[in-house]
Formats: sequence, C-alpha cells, structure tokens
Amino acid sequence: MGFKNLFNSKKILSLLAVFMLAGTNMLFAQGAEAAGAAATDAPKDNGLATAGYYILMFLVVCFFIGIIGKVFRVYDLTQQIRGKQPMNWNNVMGVFCLLFLIAGLFGVYWSFTTHGSMILPSAASEHGGTLDTMFWTTTGITMPVFIITQILLFTFLFRYRYNAKRRAHFLPHNNTIEKVWTIAPAIVLTVLVIFGFFTWQSIMNSVDAKGQPASINIDITGHQFAWELRYTGKDGRLGRTNYTLVNGTNKLGLDFTDKASFDDLQADTMVIPVNKSVRLNIHSQDVIHSVYIPHFRVQLNAVPGLPTYFKFKPILTTTQMRAKLDKPTFEYEILCNKICGGSHYNMKKIVRVVSEAEYQAWLAQQKPYLTDKLKQKLHFADAPATADSTKKVQGNRLALNN
Amino acid sequence: MSTLSVHDHSVAHHEDDHGHHHHKETFISKYIFSMDHKMIAKQFLITGITMAVIAMILSILFRIQLAYPDKAFPLLETLLGRFAPAGRLDSNFYLALVTIHGTIMVFFVLTAGLSGTFSNLLIPLQVGARDMASPFMNMLSYWFFFLASVIMLSSFMIQKGPASGGWTIYPPLSAMPKAMPGSGMGMTLWLISMVLFIASSLMGGINYVSTVLNMRTKGMDLWKMPLTIWAFFLTAVLGILSFPVLVAGVVLLIFDRSFGTSFYLSEIVLNGTQVQPFEGGSPILFQHLFWFLGHPEVYIVIMPAMGISSEIMSVNSRKPIFGYHAMVYSLIGITVLSFIVWGHHMFVTGMNPFLGGVFMITTLTIAVPSAVKTFNWLATLWRGNIRFTAAMLFAIGMVSFFISGGITGIFLGNAALDINLHDTYFVVAHFHLVMGSAAIFGMLAGVYHWFPKMFGRMMNERLGYLHFWLTFIGAYLVFFPMHFMGLDGVPRRYYAFTEFESMKQWLSVNVFVTWAAIMAAVAQTAFLFNFFYSIFFGKKATQNPWEANTLEWTAPVEHIHGNWPGDIPAVYRWPYDYSKPGADEDFIQQTVPLSQTMSSNLPHDFEDNPTGLEAHNKWVSTQKSNEEVK
Repeated sequence: MGFKNLFNSKKILSLLAVFMLAGTNMLFAQGAEAAGAAATDAPKDNGLATAGYYILMFLVVCFFIGIIGKVFRVYDLTQQIRGKQPMNWNNVMGVFCLLFLIAGLFGVYWSFTTHGSMILPSAASEHGGTLDTMFWTTTGITMPVFIITQILLFTFLFRYRYNAKRRAHFLPHNNTIEKVWTIAPAIVLTVLVIFGFFTWQSIMNSVDAKGQPASINIDITGHQFAWELRYTGKDGRLGRTNYTLVNGTNKLGLDFTDKASFDDLQADTMVIPVNKSVRLNIHSQDVIHSVYIPHFRVQLNAVPGLPTYFKFKPILTTTQMRAKLDKPTFEYEILCNKICGGSHYNMKKIVRVVSEAEYQAWLAQQKPYLTDKLKQKLHFADAPATADSTKKVQGNRLALNN
Repeated sequence: MSTLSVHDHSVAHHEDDHGHHHHKETFISKYIFSMDHKMIAKQFLITGITMAVIAMILSILFRIQLAYPDKAFPLLETLLGRFAPAGRLDSNFYLALVTIHGTIMVFFVLTAGLSGTFSNLLIPLQVGARDMASPFMNMLSYWFFFLASVIMLSSFMIQKGPASGGWTIYPPLSAMPKAMPGSGMGMTLWLISMVLFIASSLMGGINYVSTVLNMRTKGMDLWKMPLTIWAFFLTAVLGILSFPVLVAGVVLLIFDRSFGTSFYLSEIVLNGTQVQPFEGGSPILFQHLFWFLGHPEVYIVIMPAMGISSEIMSVNSRKPIFGYHAMVYSLIGITVLSFIVWGHHMFVTGMNPFLGGVFMITTLTIAVPSAVKTFNWLATLWRGNIRFTAAMLFAIGMVSFFISGGITGIFLGNAALDINLHDTYFVVAHFHLVMGSAAIFGMLAGVYHWFPKMFGRMMNERLGYLHFWLTFIGAYLVFFPMHFMGLDGVPRRYYAFTEFESMKQWLSVNVFVTWAAIMAAVAQTAFLFNFFYSIFFGKKATQNPWEANTLEWTAPVEHIHGNWPGDIPAVYRWPYDYSKPGADEDFIQQTVPLSQTMSSNLPHDFEDNPTGLEAHNKWVSTQKSNEEVK
C-alpha cells in the first residue's frame, strides 16, 4: 500500500521537513531582500510569499489526505484482525454515484435558473425569431434525453454495485431494442435536419427577391482592430473599391473613377431603421474577422478577398430594447468573433436601431468619404484651392508613382 | 518537464532489474532507442503525461487572466518575464497560451499520448503478436513525436513567443509575421513541429493497421477482437487518411509564409497602409484542408477512449458489452461519416451556404451511431455486477461527459443555430466535454486499468477515487456554466471581458470557473504521485488482476521480449464471456476452447461452425437423457 510505505518512511518525512524549512528560509530571505529593496525603491512584493503560503497550505492538505488514507488502512487491518469484512468500497462508490446524481441534478437546475437567466434576450431581428424557436425546440428535445440518460447511468451504478452473492445478467445483445434506439434518434434528427435546413437556406439567401423592397446596403470592413462603415449616398448605390488604392486618406480604397462612390458616406455608429431589411456587405482588409451581432442572431466571417453578405431585419429599436431589458444604457453591439490578433477582444462597434425618420435625419448629417483633402489629391474640379495645394499634389503624385 | 523526463529514465532503470535478457541489450537499445512495443508505449505515456501537465499549467495561467483581468500578479512577471509585463499577461501571450494549450492537448496528449500509448501496448498483446509489424518504424514514430514535442515547447524560448493564431492557425493571421508577434518565428516552429508530429503519427498508424490486419494469432478473426483493437484500428485508418491532407495544407502555408506564394492570401492591406502583393488566394481553402483533418482528428481523439471505456466497463460490470456488433458498426459508421462532416466548422466562414446545408445533414447523421454507443453502454451497466475500480469510474465519467457534450453537438451541428453559437463559449464547453474531458477520462481509465500490465505493479485505488471525484466534479463545474456564457453571445479567445458592458456580468462566473479549474488541476497531483510512486513501490500485480478475458492477461507479468514464453496462445472465443450462465467462474478467457466449457456453451457460440453446433447439440441431448436416467 502506497500510504503505508510513505508514512512509515522516516526518510521521506524528514525530507519533507527539510523542504518546508528551506522553503520558509527562502521566503524569509525573500522578505529580507524585499525589505532591502524597500529602503531604496518603492516597496515591491512579487507575490512569492503568497505563493509559498498556498504551497504550504497544499502540502498540509496532502498531509491530511495521507493521514486519512492511513486511517482507512488501519481500519481495514483491525477489521481483518477481528475477522470482519474490510471497508466495502464498492458500496461507498455506489452511494457516491447516487449522491453525485442528486447534487448534479440540483446543480443543473441551479445553473439553468441562475446562469440561464443571464443569457441573451429573445432575438431583435426577424429571422432571429425563427432561430429562437428552433433553439428552444432542440433544447426541449435534447434536455430530457440528457437528464434521463444521466439518471439511468448513475442509478444503474448504484443499483447494480458489486455484490459477491449476485451474478451479472448475461445479455450480449437484443436486436429489437437496438433497432429501436437506432431508429428513434434517426427520426428525431431527421426532423431537426429538415427544420434546420430550410431555416438556414432562407436566412442565408441574401439576394433581394423580386417585388420585395430593396434592402439598405451597408458595407462593413474589418481591419486590425476596428470596423469601418460605408453607407450609400443619394444614388442608393455603393461605389467600387480596390484594395490597392488603400492609403492614409482613402482607408477603404474607394475607386473614385466610379461615380457611384462620390456620395458614399462614412459613419461612426451603425444606425439602421427598424423593420427595414438591411444587407451587410462584409469585407476584411487584413486577416479574418467575424461580424457578430448576438442580439440580432447575425454572424458571418469577414474574409480578405472574399466579400460575404448577411441580410437581416431588426424589429426592436434600441429604445424599445432598453425598456424591455430595463437597462437605460443598453446598446446593440458588433463584436469580432474570429481571432484576429492582440486586441481581438476589443473590436467593438455600436449599432443603433431607430425609427425611419430618425434614420433619415441621421443619414443627412453623415460626411462623404470623398473629403476635401481627397478631392485635392485627385484634382477634382471643385477642390478648394489653397496656396500650397499645387505643391502638395506634386508631392503626392510622386509618391503615387512610386 | 525536466523532472518528469528524469523519472522516465529512472523508471526504465528500475525495470532493468527483472528484465529477461534473451540477447545482449544495452541500456540505450533497451530504454532509449527501444524497439519493444511495451517500452515504446511507456515512452509515449510518460511524454504524453508530461505534455498534459504543461498544457494544463498553461490553461491555469489563462484562466487566472480571465478571472482577474484587472489584477496584477507580480509573480507572473518573475516567472514569465516580458510575456507578463507588470504582472499582467500580455494579450498576445494570452492568445499564445490558448493556442499552445489547444495544440498540445489535441495532438500531443490526446492523439499521440492516447493512441500512441494504448495502441502500442495493447495491439500486439490483445491480438496475440510478438511485437509490432515494424518495430524500427515504431521506434522512429516515438522519436519523431519526442522531437516534435521539444520543438513545440522550444517556441516559448524565442523572443516573440509561440504561435498565437489559435490551434486552427487560420491564415492570413498565421501567414503574415506582421499580423501578430506569434506569427513570426513561433509559427515557423509550430509548423515544423507539426510536420514531424504528422510523420510520427503516420508511422505509428501504418504500424497499427498492418499489425492488426496481418499479425493476429490463430483463431483471432476480426469479430473476436476486443473493442479496444477495433477502436485503435479504425483510429489509425482515420489518421492515415486524414493527416496527409493537413501536411498539404501546412506545406502550402509554409510556401505562403516563406516563398512569397499566395495560396491563402488575397487583397490584403496591413496597418491600413501597407498594400500586400498577394492576389487570388483563398483563406477558405486552408480551412477546408485543415478541417478535412481537423474533424476526423476529434474522432481520432475520442474513438480510442470509446474502445478503452467499452472494454473496462465490460470487465468491471462483469457483463458482456451490450451489442458488440452494433458497437463495431457504429465505430465504422463514425469513421466513414467523419470524413464528410468537416464543413460544420465553417458554416459562417463565407463558405457557400448550400454546402453548409449539406454538411448539416451529414453532421446530424453522425449523432445516430454516437447515440447507439451511448445506449449500449447504459445497457452494459444494466443488471451488471459493477466493481468500482478507479479505471471503471473514469470509464463511467467518460460516458457521462460524452452524453453531456454530445447533446450540445446537436445544437452546433445545426447550421442555422450555429449562426449565433459559432466561436462562442458554447463551442468551448461542447468540445471540452465531448472530446477533451471524455477523451482524457478514457485515457486515465486506460492508465489505471493497464498499469499492472505496463509496470507490473498496482496503482493505489483509493487515491484513484479521490483523483476521479475531484476531477469529475471539477470538469463539470468548469465547463457547465460556459454553455450559458455562449448563449449570451460571449466569444471565445477573448483576453478580457472588461471592454464590453454586456460581458461584465460573467466576470464573477469566470472567478468561479477558474477556482474550479485550479481545484481540478491540483487534484492531478493525486494522480501524478500515485503514478510515479506506484511504478516503484506499488503493490506487485498478479497476472490477471481484474479477472479479464483478453489475451494480454495471459502474458506473464514480467515483460519479456516477444510477450509470451513459448507459443503464442490461440483464441477460441470472443472477449466478452463474462458471467456466462453455466460457467464456474464469472469470466472465461479467450484462450479457453469451447470444448472445455460444455456446460456454458450456447447455440449462438457456433454460428459459423456447423460441426461444433452438432457436437454441442449432441452434448445437450446426452445431458438431458442423463438427467432423465437419474
């Protein structure tokens, strides 16, 4: 027996004592050093003492576990001497399984109620409603399976724990029941697959159907570590872009040989009207990002070189959602949900859902991408002439030629 | 790492005392460059455990960051230096920790550590072979793996730190050193390490497949093989077919990184101004290549655990595994289906939505064989006579985790639901239960069960109980709440939850999860102590300590080259004749011919054997007439 040897061995015990002493000595030395440093510098605690304390605590716990092991061993031996059965660990473990089941079921209940109340509210978009229904259907089907199988597992363990007088029931197979539990999950999964397949197809179909009012086109471009937005101007069309044109002043690489790009608007916040279909055109400039708006059940990766689209219709304005959640500061947020570098955790964009009137008012205030500076650079006729503009343009042209 | 590898050598040294010396062997040829499958299995196991401990420590580091994002721990700076300036983890280093934790756990622990250990140990012993088909290749397989491990860990020593683009290393992030510090030298080391690892895995896999197919003992037809062997065999097939695709993906990535090609790169502008010359590549291509391995990989991880648990549950419930044929067919089903489901990792990556629909159908189909396996395990326990060995508890834990984690797979496999769950903590919870915890429990079950076979000594059962309950409860406490974080839309791989107002409510849960993780991690000392202590001082094992049927328990406790003295035993029956009615004992080993167990034979035992059936019927009728005479 492991414990017996361990705790009978004086060598190991004395070694332990030496280690502990050495450890405390080191800690004291550390303390002294720290004190020395404190004289010259600000007091510096690198936490070694705390760590040492925890390690000592751990050793004490190990020591007690060892003692408990030893006690069990002594108990077993005395039982043997008295001609009685030693500790029946099969019974103990069987009872543990039952206790785990009860505690586990309670824990699941607790987690479902406590943590379950912290999850996202119901979807704030049209397709999100369907997804929520599907989610709850799937939950309704799978959770009973989860609970029942776990109950069976742990009650079997308790009920059929070892008994020397009993023999297990020799049951190598039973074709009927095996067929039942192959076909039953197959049917349930078929239902889920069909439901899921058509929902998926309808959500991912991002083309506006004929006769449907056109969606609002918004470009969202991810780069390390922010999102850029582009709205259409009066012409309702987004201009072409070309990644080779990207530079400090033209951060999205708009191609101004395309007249549709002249009135494209830039925006800091994504403001969208309620109950209007929005088509997000998702781009990335450097690495893969992912546009994730949990409250709308919207997610699609932004892939460099591969524009993707997601169409959705918000049904609750920010104000309505604030009232619903009773959180006056609530905002819809876009997160980045694909690892993209050191500041991946902080790639935020606010989305504000407003009424149509508010949206139009807001849109009218947004500035076009074609700024005065760009106009100068690109020799637009209506560029405001300044004293040194010619010189600047020359310099820029040279840079461009390079 | 160093202390543990020292143990490795001293293990070998002590074993020396009672080794049989058929021919002159030096220390090096026997313990370092050994070609004996049992020694190689031990080498894989101890390296695997070492890597697991390292990866676990990494996870504790990033769990501390998640629980206390605003707190400085000066000790971290002492230990990690520039990776934790002012006692707080650097956000890039956080990602490196996550990446290397994932890589080590998935590949080095649960692929090499699990398959490498138990395929090597059990395939020759359970099919009745003297050694692997190619012992030399087997040795190379271990040393390639060792080299891969060293290179992977060495990336912590370089200036900019290890690879940090996630274990899936999606380009362009991993392809451009300017995109993040970890994509420089760290990524190069990662790629080199993985190429070596794949070479190791292939050499192992080819060996396993050829040994199982060609070197079975007399009487051991495929339908008499234990489920462990079936699982290892199919796992090896999966590995052989899928790992080369990852090599292809990795080689193209190396080209993109070092030789200016653009297989995966297109239209990239770095830092808002630096236009890159790449055009025409597709990042999605890499994801296809990666997940063509990556999805079978999760079955490479879980199938050996399934096989091991099936075997252990049958032995310890003293009952045949329920539906042996169904168990094998479901393993085959999982193997085949696992090749056509990879796209479910890519539902929202911009892959053609129609493809997403197709992958959803195949993905949910794979739930059927998984469900069959679960129900069969439950039926195996039903009316058994369950002995709670530590191994049995871990096998049961594996089933419990497989159910809990498998159920959430039905949500994630549904493309529509995946829109909102993809890459959130829901996914983290799902795969840590279904393949992480379940597979590691399968591995631990195997260690407890076959420890006597490996080291000739027993592990302490009561310490095993303590280890089991702390780990089992700890794992549930860690991963269960994460489902709800995912349902709240909290993304994975976030350095801190402090930047978003909506995530701050989870900070307290993170503290809870971190302490549960620390408890579970500390509980592993019970295992490590038990393992290394028992190697030297454990109780001496008997030849068949668990009263099991399979062939490895007919081999002598002392390891000899060639496994059995004299002839290899022949096999006459399937491995699951436990508690057979009419038999004297509650187990009949595979080597016992049916002619010696007339009283317990069933007509079913003679399915492909008409002469045997005739003899059986004759015996039954004489028995009857004898009774009538009486």
